[in-house]
Amino acid sequence: MAWTRDEMAARAASELRDGFYVNLGIGIPTLVANYIPAGMHVTLQSENGMLGMGPFPYEGEEDADLINAGKQTITELDSSSYFSSADSFAMIRGGRIALSILGGMQVSEKGDLANWMVPGKVVKGMGGAMDLVAGVKRVVVVMDHVEKSGAPKLLKACTLPLTGAGVVDLLITDLGVFEINRGKSPLKLTALASGVTLDEIKAKTEAEFEVGL
Amino acid sequence: MAGKTQKDAAEALAGVLFDGMTIMAGGFGLCGIPENLIAAIRETGVKNLTVVSNNCGIDGFGLGVLLESGQIKKMISSYVGENKLFEKLYLSGELELEFNPQGTLAERIRAGGAGIPAFFTKTGVGTLVAEGKETREFDGELYVMERGLTADLAIVKAHTGDAEGNLVYRKTARNFNPMMATAGKVTIAEIEHLVPIGSLDKDNIHTPGIYVDRIFQGASFEKRIERVTTRPREEKASA
Repeated sequence: MAWTRDEMAARAASELRDGFYVNLGIGIPTLVANYIPAGMHVTLQSENGMLGMGPFPYEGEEDADLINAGKQTITELDSSSYFSSADSFAMIRGGRIALSILGGMQVSEKGDLANWMVPGKVVKGMGGAMDLVAGVKRVVVVMDHVEKSGAPKLLKACTLPLTGAGVVDLLITDLGVFEINRGKSPLKLTALASGVTLDEIKAKTEAEFEVGL
Repeated sequence: MAGKTQKDAAEALAGVLFDGMTIMAGGFGLCGIPENLIAAIRETGVKNLTVVSNNCGIDGFGLGVLLESGQIKKMISSYVGENKLFEKLYLSGELELEFNPQGTLAERIRAGGAGIPAFFTKTGVGTLVAEGKETREFDGELYVMERGLTADLAIVKAHTGDAEGNLVYRKTARNFNPMMATAGKVTIAEIEHLVPIGSLDKDNIHTPGIYVDRIFQGASFEKRIERVTTRPREEKASA
């Protein structure tokens, strides 16, 4: 039994700390907002130009001028502020954001991340991901452990174009948790999803890793 | 001195468009886009445009309409994943594309408008984005050089403005508009509300009028929402 999307989001939420400014990517990372512990003050940044993202609006109360980086309608909080894209990425590049949680296509044992392009196939673009992984203090990637085809995604070296080299601190997959520490120390498995065995995760991982359960 | 205020988008664009020009267009997704100006540019038929914009609209709205009409030769963007026609034109070689990381794009425009020809950033080091660009080490870390960016024309959208060209944006519709306003050889602002001079709060003007050459109140704003996302209303407490 692997972790569900919500269980992965809940595990990622355990990386949050009181007072953190946090940027959440699209997909499973967005779900992390549902698991902020009660009483913990966390401010969500949206890189299109907002601090203090509120919940989705009630039906009929959507505001076309108020969206998140995934282009979804959102609401503001009493503590919110708005700013330009240049200011937004100044706070990202300048190291003011404590934690970035984002999705991935491939991660390497050296802490490289690929999540923006499949040559000849997917033409979407990197958006703000390259700036986030270059500038945010701690980068957590949340992704499925293997491709739909069963091919591993935690590799010795990424085969897809990189989003950043040596940028990933922690990887959470549906099978377990790995400390990567930007490739500065050996890749280490620190938690297994409930019902997942070490043999299973070894069989589904190309990268070499230490076990520190 | 001729005033900056124009009747509509067509009058505001008179005499500034030419084939092969570079146009910056404000907005993030469909939020804060100069929709009246985009529609008017389509009407003029100007072509071979290089367009600098974070996204390229969606099929049938925003900059997507200039793709449909074949007026765009090249896009400089960070994310174009909302647009099927874009992907088709790009993969068939009919459209050129330069991807910039979103923060690098914002800073290139900010720098261009501020008279700064280049800067160094950590973003993109060790990726395709840094290929062919100068890198340099500062304090033990590697950075890549990126160039400032300007345009023949910047088209921006604000919520409120006055005849001096002072602009105030609203919520996340600000995004790329303030930097683009500074980086156009000519800058045209379309606004929802033209207010009398003196009625804006002078301490809270986001774009000072020096950057704005022409301004007009848009005839209508559709302000389409890309992803309407809502939550259910809480159940009323049972009696």
